[in-house]
Amino acid sequence: MALEIKKKQHLQKQAEIPTASLADIVFLLLIFFLVTTSMNPDKGLGLTLPPPGEEIKLSKENILSVYVNSKGEILVGEQVISLDQLKMKVKERVRQNPKLVVSLITDINAKYKYMIDALDEIKLAFDELKKENPEFKERISLATPAF
Amino acid sequence: MKIEAKSKGSSKIPTASIADIVFLLLIFFMTVTVFRQYQGLRVQLPPAKATKKIERKRMITHIWINAQGEINIDDMMVPQEQVVSIMRQKMIENPATIVSLRADQSARYEIVAKLLEQLKQANALRVNFATLTEGGGRR
Repeated sequence: MALEIKKKQHLQKQAEIPTASLADIVFLLLIFFLVTTSMNPDKGLGLTLPPPGEEIKLSKENILSVYVNSKGEILVGEQVISLDQLKMKVKERVRQNPKLVVSLITDINAKYKYMIDALDEIKLAFDELKKENPEFKERISLATPAF
Repeated sequence: MKIEAKSKGSSKIPTASIADIVFLLLIFFMTVTVFRQYQGLRVQLPPAKATKKIERKRMITHIWINAQGEINIDDMMVPQEQVVSIMRQKMIENPATIVSLRADQSARYEIVAKLLEQLKQANALRVNFATLTEGGGRR
């Protein structure tokens, strides 16, 4: 009698949860997440627009107008320049006057790409200036065409 | 003289910790994953060298503009006039919204300029012009 009870107790101790397959399950989950993760996050050129109705008067010396026409040609001040020169030009002018606001004026018939190309160069110019001196502030304005 | 063969210890790779390592990886991917919510339109983004990441991934409203000038906000085709009202709604839901503008590189600037004007009116002022890293590929 007593022996039987002992035997039974011994058997109960053996109850275990099988964990061998746990790793496999987790592996499956891992593969699922690996596949669904999009590793190319949203990237782009950030810009903060001015609030509506707010017009700040700027004196002419503090504005650098960059015109882009429908063919993608760029005019700064009175000069037609190529895209490669734009960065140098912006840097040079901002160094002379740190308060300078770069105003990008694009023809409404131009391709979006031309505007982004110019904006990219201006951004690069400010990025490089900021590396030299973090006090430089990025001032870019997109001119609103009259509709 | 007898050279005693070394007792061959059982050479086993310990596998008990694999599950833990995989769990860590799993948790990393679970926290990092942001599911792509929207299908959008097929656009060819312009390349740019100054491309930067947007930090806050979960507060982004995507606006697509394809080469034909069709506008799509978070997978809804939107006529030009309704952009302001829809964006106002989005700004009320989440005032910190960042707009990611995914416009086709051959879209006319007029459409983009009009859209920017409407974003201003809707008070959606943080805009990101989606671009590809120079030399990058997809979409």
